[in-house]
Amino acid sequence: MTETNVENLISIQDLKVHYKTGGAGLGSLIAQTFRGFRGAMPVSEPSEANDVKIQASGKKVVKAVDGVSLDIRRGETLGLVGESGCGKSTLGKAILRLTEPTGGQVFYNGKDLAHLSQRAMRDQRKNLQMIFQDPYASLNPRMNVGQIIGEPIRTFNLANGLSVEERVQELMETVGMSRRFVKRYPHEFSGGQRQRIGIARALAVDPEFIVADEPISALDVSIQAQIMNLMEKLQSEKNLTYLFISHDLRAVRHLSDRVAVMYLGKIVELANGKDVYADPLMPYTKALISAVPVPDPEVEAKRERIILKGDVPSPINPPSGCHFHTRCPFAIAECSQIVPQLTEIKPNHFAACIRISPEHPYIENN
Amino acid sequence: MNRLTYIGIAIAILFILAAIFAPLIATHDVTVQNLLARYAMPSGEHWFGTDSLGRDVFSRVIYGARISLQVGITVVTVSTVVGTVIGAIAGFYGGWVDKFLSGYLFNVVLAFPGLLLAIAMVAFLGAGLGKLIFALCVIGWVGYARVIRGQVLKVREYDFVQAARALGASNMRILFTHILPNAIQPLIVQASLGMAGAVLSEASLSFLGLGIPPPAPSWGTMIEEARGLDILYNAPHVLFFPGIAIALTVLAFNFIGDGLREYLDPKQRKR
Repeated sequence: MTETNVENLISIQDLKVHYKTGGAGLGSLIAQTFRGFRGAMPVSEPSEANDVKIQASGKKVVKAVDGVSLDIRRGETLGLVGESGCGKSTLGKAILRLTEPTGGQVFYNGKDLAHLSQRAMRDQRKNLQMIFQDPYASLNPRMNVGQIIGEPIRTFNLANGLSVEERVQELMETVGMSRRFVKRYPHEFSGGQRQRIGIARALAVDPEFIVADEPISALDVSIQAQIMNLMEKLQSEKNLTYLFISHDLRAVRHLSDRVAVMYLGKIVELANGKDVYADPLMPYTKALISAVPVPDPEVEAKRERIILKGDVPSPINPPSGCHFHTRCPFAIAECSQIVPQLTEIKPNHFAACIRISPEHPYIENN
Repeated sequence: MNRLTYIGIAIAILFILAAIFAPLIATHDVTVQNLLARYAMPSGEHWFGTDSLGRDVFSRVIYGARISLQVGITVVTVSTVVGTVIGAIAGFYGGWVDKFLSGYLFNVVLAFPGLLLAIAMVAFLGAGLGKLIFALCVIGWVGYARVIRGQVLKVREYDFVQAARALGASNMRILFTHILPNAIQPLIVQASLGMAGAVLSEASLSFLGLGIPPPAPSWGTMIEEARGLDILYNAPHVLFFPGIAIALTVLAFNFIGDGLREYLDPKQRKR
């Protein structure tokens, strides 16, 4: 899947996160009782009613991440985009075992993170870090900045000969904060400053790999640029590898070397950043890219947009075959039966769609 | 910390000192009866008047502080600590641990009318201050445990808890430095109210002969003995002074609890 001269830092294979939901309570009892009468009930997609995964225990299964295989190369930024609820945050958290994967492997340094013991995983955490979406929720309101950034240094004994306080101040300057703020509490800072604290905390353990879970989506636009620039600067200084999760396609284009597009728990397209934007192949990606406004009123007025119908279907009850066929303007009958595999359509450009192939990469012509 | 907190601390210290130095402060022997001076109104001789048996109410209130404060403070402290630990374990670990603790144990204890369980226990163990405190703790902890469990369930889903886990913090560290400090706020309120509950429960048990035997004064016992409309009309002071003592104690600990809550919250802490 990758060129031989590129080193994979993390290799994800068939990763799954399935949640059981509901339980054998009243709700599912009613659901089961009425399953026979579905036709008479106002369900939006009656044709799929039979696919509701009700297991013997009476629990439904949410397939938040459903068989994702992905390589993350050393030193790159891999952008992960998709609509809300498509499972991109869950994928990021599953890599770090903040959400327990229910299947598949995550290889890092020859170890399968998904199957390490909790203790062994804890040792790995100093190499793998996370930046969180909400800078207001991700900092403990009862700890001051020094305690927040100092905690991982103390946990792993990583002061590098300095005192913990000195190391904390060094990190604060690395992320562009004054060391005077070391005794302040999170509520005294703006969103952007809090996000810098969160980044400093992640850097405290000197990680190789950082999952950035929508790190800028809670910030003002002007602050977004600052945080993105900081992330780029840190990447070149410390040779970091990022998994950059976002629904902001402009930000992903700006930061990412490669981009993976996710839809309902599966990767549907994967390519170099400029290829995804300039030459999207999978119909869903085309629609996503066309949704990005162009900052030029004349172009914006003329350009053609692909408007998707409806919302993302529930991952409790994903459509059969290609999950996207219910909203795809190019869907044919087979799309609801065959599950498309991620295939190399063009060199280093992968897409999951049965209607395109290396010979016929453009769906409009097929 | 605000002014009310200092007032609370001052009242609490005053009462504790009164309890410790009761023999020096009391003006009369608390058990000596004077049937000729029943229900005497407050006067220079009897500052708070006398009760139904002509005993000096002031001295009894001072001596009563010994038993009532002991019961109140011990029961609330022990119940809070035990309740916090068990509730936190239930909320944090979840799964079958939580199913057993909150689904079974909490409900079993709560299903008994509290006082009835205490009566049964004291009847089984025998009367006495220590046993009474023990019985009140056995019924008391579960309320705190439920509150803490719910709070822990909520707080453990916050991002900063996940962040701590991502940073390799141990379970104990996550629970004690990240979850509990953000979960105990409602407990402080409940504990200061629980103080009053404990003082009054002691009174009920003592009244039934299951606590401190009658001639010894406690605020609760004094109120129990002074029940009845005719006393309320004709000699309200018998009821009033021990009642005020309980109210002031509860108020003091409420103020202290408020101050503690503010002190623990960096957003409200004044620098």
